Amino acid sequence: MKRFLIGGLLVALLLAGVVSSFASGSPDGLDYAAREGCTFNADDEITGGSCMLQREQDHQLGDSPLADYGIKGIDNEYLSTGLSGVAGVLLTFAIGGGLFWLIRRRPTVDGKA
Amino acid sequence: MDTTVAMHIANGIINGPVSLLFIAIAVAGLAVCVWRAKTDLDDRLAPMAGLVAAFIFAVQMLNFQVLPGVSGHLLGGTLAVILVGPWVGALCVATVLLVQCLVFADGGLTAIGLNVTNMALIGTAAAYLLVALLLRVLPRTPGGLGATALIASIVGVVVASQGFVVEYALGGTTELSLGGIAATMAGVHVLIGIGEGLIAATTVVTVAKVRPDLVYALRAFRTRSMGVKA
Repeated sequence: MKRFLIGGLLVALLLAGVVSSFASGSPDGLDYAAREGCTFNADDEITGGSCMLQREQDHQLGDSPLADYGIKGIDNEYLSTGLSGVAGVLLTFAIGGGLFWLIRRRPTVDGKA
Repeated sequence: MDTTVAMHIANGIINGPVSLLFIAIAVAGLAVCVWRAKTDLDDRLAPMAGLVAAFIFAVQMLNFQVLPGVSGHLLGGTLAVILVGPWVGALCVATVLLVQCLVFADGGLTAIGLNVTNMALIGTAAAYLLVALLLRVLPRTPGGLGATALIASIVGVVVASQGFVVEYALGGTTELSLGGIAATMAGVHVLIGIGEGLIAATTVVTVAKVRPDLVYALRAFRTRSMGVKA
Protein backbone atom coordinates (compact mmCIF):
# COMPACT_ATOMS: atom_id res chain seq x y z
CA MET A 1 0.00 0.00 0.00
CA LYS A 2 2.79 2.38 0.97
CA ARG A 3 4.58 1.73 -2.32
CA PHE A 4 1.43 2.35 -4.33
CA LEU A 5 0.72 5.60 -2.49
CA ILE A 6 4.26 6.89 -2.99
CA GLY A 7 4.20 5.88 -6.66
CA GLY A 8 0.83 7.55 -7.20
CA LEU A 9 1.94 10.72 -5.47
CA LEU A 10 5.09 10.85 -7.60
CA VAL A 11 2.98 10.61 -10.76
CA ALA A 12 0.69 13.40 -9.49
CA LEU A 13 3.70 15.57 -8.58
CA LEU A 14 5.22 15.04 -12.03
CA LEU A 15 1.95 15.96 -13.76
CA ALA A 16 1.33 19.07 -11.64
CA GLY A 17 4.98 20.07 -11.35
CA VAL A 18 6.23 19.56 -14.90
CA VAL A 19 3.54 18.60 -17.42
CA SER A 20 1.26 21.44 -16.23
CA SER A 21 3.50 24.03 -17.88
CA PHE A 22 2.66 22.52 -21.25
CA ALA A 23 -1.11 22.56 -20.77
CA SER A 24 -3.33 24.50 -23.16
CA GLY A 25 -3.74 28.17 -22.30
CA SER A 26 -7.05 28.53 -24.16
CA PRO A 27 -10.19 29.27 -22.16
CA ASP A 28 -11.83 26.06 -20.92
CA GLY A 29 -15.34 24.98 -21.93
CA LEU A 30 -17.12 27.03 -19.29
CA ASP A 31 -14.96 30.10 -19.84
CA TYR A 32 -15.45 29.81 -23.60
CA ALA A 33 -19.24 29.72 -23.17
CA ALA A 34 -19.05 32.63 -20.72
CA ARG A 35 -17.11 34.77 -23.22
CA GLU A 36 -19.36 33.98 -26.17
CA GLY A 37 -21.08 37.14 -27.43
CA CYS A 38 -18.51 39.65 -26.16
CA THR A 39 -15.50 41.16 -27.87
CA PHE A 40 -12.21 41.56 -26.03
CA ASN A 41 -9.19 43.82 -26.44
CA ALA A 42 -5.56 42.77 -26.16
CA ASP A 43 -5.70 43.13 -22.35
CA ASP A 44 -8.65 40.73 -22.26
CA GLU A 45 -11.09 43.47 -21.24
CA ILE A 46 -14.63 43.38 -22.59
CA THR A 47 -15.06 45.99 -25.34
CA GLY A 48 -18.62 45.22 -26.45
CA GLY A 49 -21.38 42.72 -26.94
CA SER A 50 -23.28 40.77 -24.36
CA CYS A 51 -22.04 37.65 -22.56
CA MET A 52 -22.16 35.83 -19.23
CA LEU A 53 -18.82 37.27 -18.17
CA GLN A 54 -20.06 40.89 -18.13
CA ARG A 55 -20.85 41.07 -14.42
CA GLU A 56 -17.92 38.92 -13.33
CA GLN A 57 -16.35 40.04 -10.06
CA ASP A 58 -12.83 39.55 -8.75
CA HIS A 59 -12.01 36.66 -6.49
CA GLN A 60 -12.06 37.58 -2.78
CA LEU A 61 -8.73 35.80 -2.34
CA GLY A 62 -7.16 36.95 -5.61
CA ASP A 63 -4.13 38.29 -3.75
CA SER A 64 -3.24 34.96 -2.16
CA PRO A 65 0.39 33.88 -2.68
CA LEU A 66 -0.63 30.95 -4.91
CA ALA A 67 -3.44 32.72 -6.81
CA ASP A 68 -3.94 31.64 -10.43
CA TYR A 69 -1.62 28.63 -10.09
CA GLY A 70 1.59 30.59 -9.72
CA ILE A 71 3.83 31.60 -6.87
CA LYS A 72 3.99 35.29 -6.15
CA GLY A 73 7.48 36.66 -6.68
CA ILE A 74 8.73 33.90 -8.99
CA ASP A 75 8.99 35.33 -12.50
CA ASN A 76 10.00 32.16 -14.32
CA GLU A 77 6.66 30.82 -15.57
CA TYR A 78 7.68 27.15 -15.59
CA LEU A 79 9.04 27.34 -12.07
CA SER A 80 6.09 29.36 -10.79
CA THR A 81 3.43 27.07 -12.29
CA GLY A 82 5.32 23.89 -11.45
CA LEU A 83 5.99 24.77 -7.82
CA SER A 84 2.41 25.91 -7.28
CA GLY A 85 1.29 22.57 -8.72
CA VAL A 86 3.58 20.65 -6.37
CA ALA A 87 2.25 22.68 -3.44
CA GLY A 88 -1.33 22.00 -4.53
CA VAL A 89 -0.83 18.23 -4.82
CA LEU A 90 0.79 17.99 -1.39
CA LEU A 91 -1.80 20.28 0.19
CA THR A 92 -4.72 18.37 -1.34
CA PHE A 93 -3.25 15.04 -0.25
CA ALA A 94 -2.68 16.32 3.29
CA ILE A 95 -6.11 17.92 3.68
CA GLY A 96 -8.06 15.19 1.86
CA GLY A 97 -6.13 12.30 3.36
CA GLY A 98 -6.29 13.90 6.81
CA LEU A 99 -10.05 14.44 6.71
CA PHE A 100 -10.71 10.94 5.33
CA TRP A 101 -8.47 9.47 8.01
CA LEU A 102 -10.41 11.35 10.72
CA ILE A 103 -13.85 10.19 9.59
CA ARG A 104 -12.84 6.61 8.75
CA ARG A 105 -14.53 3.65 10.38
CA ARG A 106 -12.47 2.33 13.23
CA PRO A 107 -12.62 -1.21 14.56
CA THR A 108 -13.44 -1.00 18.27
CA VAL A 109 -11.93 -3.12 21.00
CA ASP A 110 -14.99 -5.34 21.30
CA GLY A 111 -14.77 -6.13 17.60
CA LYS A 112 -17.80 -4.13 16.43
CA ALA A 113 -17.26 -1.72 13.56
CA MET B 1 0.93 34.29 -22.95
CA ASP B 2 -0.83 31.81 -20.74
CA THR B 3 -2.86 34.03 -18.45
CA THR B 4 -6.26 32.37 -18.69
CA VAL B 5 -6.12 29.97 -15.79
CA ALA B 6 -9.55 30.35 -14.20
CA MET B 7 -11.32 27.04 -14.60
CA HIS B 8 -14.46 27.24 -12.51
CA ILE B 9 -17.46 29.54 -12.08
CA ALA B 10 -16.24 32.98 -10.97
CA ASN B 11 -18.04 35.42 -8.70
CA GLY B 12 -20.77 37.55 -10.25
CA ILE B 13 -21.81 35.17 -13.04
CA ILE B 14 -24.74 33.90 -10.94
CA ASN B 15 -26.49 36.32 -8.58
CA GLY B 16 -26.08 36.34 -4.79
CA PRO B 17 -29.33 34.67 -3.66
CA VAL B 18 -28.94 31.74 -6.07
CA SER B 19 -25.26 31.38 -5.13
CA LEU B 20 -26.28 31.21 -1.47
CA LEU B 21 -29.01 28.68 -2.24
CA PHE B 22 -26.45 26.44 -3.88
CA ILE B 23 -24.05 26.80 -0.96
CA ALA B 24 -26.86 25.38 1.18
CA ILE B 25 -27.48 22.58 -1.35
CA ALA B 26 -23.76 21.78 -1.51
CA VAL B 27 -23.42 21.68 2.28
CA ALA B 28 -26.45 19.37 2.58
CA GLY B 29 -25.18 17.12 -0.22
CA LEU B 30 -21.68 16.89 1.23
CA ALA B 31 -23.13 16.12 4.68
CA VAL B 32 -24.95 13.12 3.20
CA CYS B 33 -21.71 12.07 1.49
CA VAL B 34 -19.74 12.28 4.75
CA TRP B 35 -22.41 10.22 6.50
CA ARG B 36 -22.39 7.51 3.83
CA ALA B 37 -18.62 7.66 3.26
CA LYS B 38 -17.95 6.61 6.86
CA THR B 39 -19.16 3.09 6.04
CA ASP B 40 -16.76 2.83 3.10
CA LEU B 41 -13.71 4.48 4.64
CA ASP B 42 -11.33 2.12 6.40
CA ASP B 43 -7.61 2.21 7.07
CA ARG B 44 -6.89 1.38 3.44
CA LEU B 45 -9.45 3.50 1.62
CA ALA B 46 -8.69 6.71 3.56
CA PRO B 47 -5.12 7.21 2.24
CA MET B 48 -6.22 5.98 -1.21
CA ALA B 49 -8.92 8.68 -1.22
CA GLY B 50 -6.32 11.30 -0.29
CA LEU B 51 -4.25 10.16 -3.25
CA VAL B 52 -7.26 10.28 -5.58
CA ALA B 53 -7.97 13.87 -4.51
CA ALA B 54 -4.32 14.86 -5.05
CA PHE B 55 -4.29 13.14 -8.43
CA ILE B 56 -7.47 14.94 -9.54
CA PHE B 57 -5.93 18.26 -8.48
CA ALA B 58 -2.87 17.49 -10.61
CA VAL B 59 -4.80 16.40 -13.69
CA GLN B 60 -7.17 19.38 -13.48
CA MET B 61 -4.13 21.56 -14.17
CA LEU B 62 -3.63 19.82 -17.51
CA ASN B 63 -5.94 21.66 -19.89
CA PHE B 64 -6.11 19.92 -23.25
CA GLN B 65 -7.19 21.53 -26.50
CA VAL B 66 -10.63 20.38 -27.73
CA LEU B 67 -11.24 22.98 -30.47
CA PRO B 68 -9.20 25.90 -31.79
CA GLY B 69 -9.26 28.41 -28.93
CA VAL B 70 -11.10 26.10 -26.54
CA SER B 71 -9.62 23.79 -23.94
CA GLY B 72 -10.98 21.49 -21.30
CA HIS B 73 -9.84 19.73 -18.18
CA LEU B 74 -10.84 16.70 -16.21
CA LEU B 75 -13.54 17.11 -13.55
CA GLY B 76 -12.70 13.82 -11.90
CA GLY B 77 -16.06 12.36 -10.90
CA THR B 78 -15.81 9.12 -12.88
CA LEU B 79 -12.24 8.45 -11.87
CA ALA B 80 -13.16 8.97 -8.22
CA VAL B 81 -16.32 6.81 -8.38
CA ILE B 82 -14.41 3.88 -9.87
CA LEU B 83 -11.43 4.10 -7.53
CA VAL B 84 -13.03 5.04 -4.19
CA GLY B 85 -16.81 4.82 -4.63
CA PRO B 86 -19.51 7.49 -5.05
CA TRP B 87 -19.66 8.99 -1.54
CA VAL B 88 -15.94 9.22 -0.90
CA GLY B 89 -15.49 10.16 -4.57
CA ALA B 90 -17.77 13.18 -4.31
CA LEU B 91 -15.81 14.28 -1.23
CA CYS B 92 -12.53 13.93 -3.17
CA VAL B 93 -13.77 16.25 -5.94
CA ALA B 94 -15.15 18.70 -3.33
CA THR B 95 -11.79 18.74 -1.53
CA VAL B 96 -10.05 19.66 -4.78
CA LEU B 97 -12.58 22.45 -5.47
CA LEU B 98 -12.16 23.86 -1.95
CA VAL B 99 -8.37 23.88 -2.19
CA GLN B 100 -8.56 25.53 -5.63
CA CYS B 101 -10.99 28.17 -4.39
CA LEU B 102 -9.30 28.98 -1.08
CA VAL B 103 -5.63 28.66 -2.04
CA PHE B 104 -5.46 29.18 -5.81
CA ALA B 105 -8.28 31.76 -6.17
CA ASP B 106 -9.90 29.56 -8.84
CA GLY B 107 -13.69 29.43 -8.68
CA GLY B 108 -15.28 32.29 -6.74
CA LEU B 109 -15.75 32.05 -2.99
CA THR B 110 -19.38 33.11 -3.46
CA ALA B 111 -19.67 30.58 -6.30
CA ILE B 112 -18.23 27.65 -4.34
CA GLY B 113 -21.66 26.08 -3.81
CA LEU B 114 -22.37 26.22 -7.54
CA ASN B 115 -19.06 24.61 -8.43
CA VAL B 116 -19.35 21.91 -5.75
CA THR B 117 -22.95 21.12 -6.76
CA ASN B 118 -22.10 20.78 -10.46
CA MET B 119 -18.82 18.93 -10.31
CA ALA B 120 -18.71 17.11 -6.96
CA LEU B 121 -22.40 16.25 -6.61
CA ILE B 122 -24.16 16.23 -10.02
CA GLY B 123 -21.23 15.08 -12.15
CA THR B 124 -20.22 12.39 -9.68
CA ALA B 125 -23.80 11.15 -9.24
CA ALA B 126 -24.31 10.84 -13.00
CA ALA B 127 -20.98 9.04 -13.34
CA TYR B 128 -21.93 6.69 -10.49
CA LEU B 129 -25.22 5.67 -12.13
CA LEU B 130 -23.44 4.93 -15.40
CA VAL B 131 -20.59 3.01 -13.74
CA ALA B 132 -22.96 0.91 -11.64
CA LEU B 133 -25.01 0.07 -14.72
CA LEU B 134 -22.18 -0.55 -17.18
CA LEU B 135 -20.11 -2.75 -14.88
CA ARG B 136 -23.06 -5.15 -14.68
CA VAL B 137 -23.40 -5.33 -18.48
CA LEU B 138 -19.88 -5.05 -19.87
CA PRO B 139 -17.32 -7.90 -19.76
CA ARG B 140 -14.97 -8.20 -16.79
CA THR B 141 -11.89 -7.19 -18.73
CA PRO B 142 -9.60 -4.17 -18.76
CA GLY B 143 -11.45 -3.20 -21.95
CA GLY B 144 -14.78 -3.36 -20.15
CA LEU B 145 -13.51 -1.22 -17.29
CA GLY B 146 -11.95 1.27 -19.72
CA ALA B 147 -15.14 1.54 -21.77
CA THR B 148 -17.11 2.09 -18.55
CA ALA B 149 -14.77 4.92 -17.56
CA LEU B 150 -15.00 6.53 -21.00
CA ILE B 151 -18.80 6.44 -21.31
CA ALA B 152 -19.42 7.47 -17.69
CA SER B 153 -17.02 10.40 -18.12
CA ILE B 154 -18.76 11.74 -21.21
CA VAL B 155 -22.20 11.53 -19.58
CA GLY B 156 -20.96 12.84 -16.21
CA VAL B 157 -19.24 15.88 -17.72
CA VAL B 158 -22.18 16.82 -19.97
CA VAL B 159 -24.68 16.46 -17.11
CA ALA B 160 -22.44 18.57 -14.84
CA SER B 161 -22.27 21.27 -17.54
CA GLN B 162 -26.06 21.37 -17.65
CA GLY B 163 -26.08 21.92 -13.89
CA PHE B 164 -24.52 25.28 -14.69
CA VAL B 165 -27.27 25.99 -17.23
CA VAL B 166 -29.93 25.38 -14.56
CA GLU B 167 -28.10 27.72 -12.20
CA TYR B 168 -27.83 30.35 -14.92
CA ALA B 169 -31.55 30.02 -15.61
CA LEU B 170 -32.23 30.68 -11.92
CA GLY B 171 -29.77 33.49 -11.33
CA GLY B 172 -27.78 34.49 -14.39
CA THR B 173 -26.65 38.12 -14.23
CA THR B 174 -26.98 38.87 -17.97
CA GLU B 175 -30.04 38.40 -20.17
CA LEU B 176 -28.99 35.75 -22.68
CA SER B 177 -30.60 32.91 -24.60
CA LEU B 178 -30.65 29.86 -22.33
CA GLY B 179 -31.00 27.52 -25.29
CA GLY B 180 -27.82 28.94 -26.76
CA ILE B 181 -25.95 28.54 -23.48
CA ALA B 182 -27.22 24.98 -23.04
CA ALA B 183 -26.18 24.03 -26.57
CA THR B 184 -22.72 25.61 -26.33
CA MET B 185 -22.07 24.05 -22.92
CA ALA B 186 -23.28 20.59 -24.01
CA GLY B 187 -21.39 20.64 -27.31
CA VAL B 188 -18.05 21.67 -25.84
CA HIS B 189 -18.44 19.34 -22.87
CA VAL B 190 -19.04 16.27 -25.04
CA LEU B 191 -15.53 16.86 -26.37
CA ILE B 192 -14.15 17.57 -22.89
CA GLY B 193 -15.90 14.41 -21.67
CA ILE B 194 -14.11 12.34 -24.31
CA GLY B 195 -10.78 13.80 -23.13
CA GLU B 196 -11.69 13.16 -19.51
CA GLY B 197 -12.80 9.65 -20.44
CA LEU B 198 -9.48 8.79 -22.06
CA ILE B 199 -7.59 10.02 -18.99
CA ALA B 200 -9.95 8.26 -16.56
CA ALA B 201 -9.84 4.99 -18.56
CA THR B 202 -6.03 5.00 -18.72
CA THR B 203 -5.82 5.68 -14.99
CA VAL B 204 -8.32 3.09 -13.74
CA VAL B 205 -7.07 0.37 -16.11
CA THR B 206 -3.52 1.02 -14.90
CA VAL B 207 -4.54 0.81 -11.25
CA ALA B 208 -6.62 -2.32 -11.97
CA LYS B 209 -3.55 -3.99 -13.48
CA VAL B 210 -1.17 -2.99 -10.67
CA ARG B 211 -3.47 -3.29 -7.65
CA PRO B 212 -6.96 -4.57 -8.58
CA ASP B 213 -7.79 -4.83 -4.87
CA LEU B 214 -7.60 -1.01 -4.64
CA VAL B 215 -10.31 -0.43 -7.27
CA TYR B 216 -13.58 0.18 -5.39
CA ALA B 217 -15.77 -0.54 -8.40
CA LEU B 218 -14.24 -3.98 -8.91
CA ARG B 219 -14.88 -4.82 -5.24
CA ALA B 220 -18.32 -3.33 -4.73
CA PHE B 221 -20.49 -3.26 -7.82
CA ARG B 222 -19.52 -6.69 -9.14
CA THR B 223 -19.79 -8.66 -5.92
CA ARG B 224 -23.13 -7.01 -5.25
CA SER B 225 -24.49 -7.85 -8.69
CA MET B 226 -23.24 -11.42 -8.33
CA GLY B 227 -24.90 -11.66 -4.97
CA VAL B 228 -28.22 -10.82 -6.58
CA LYS B 229 -27.81 -13.57 -9.16
CA ALA B 230 -26.82 -16.18 -6.57
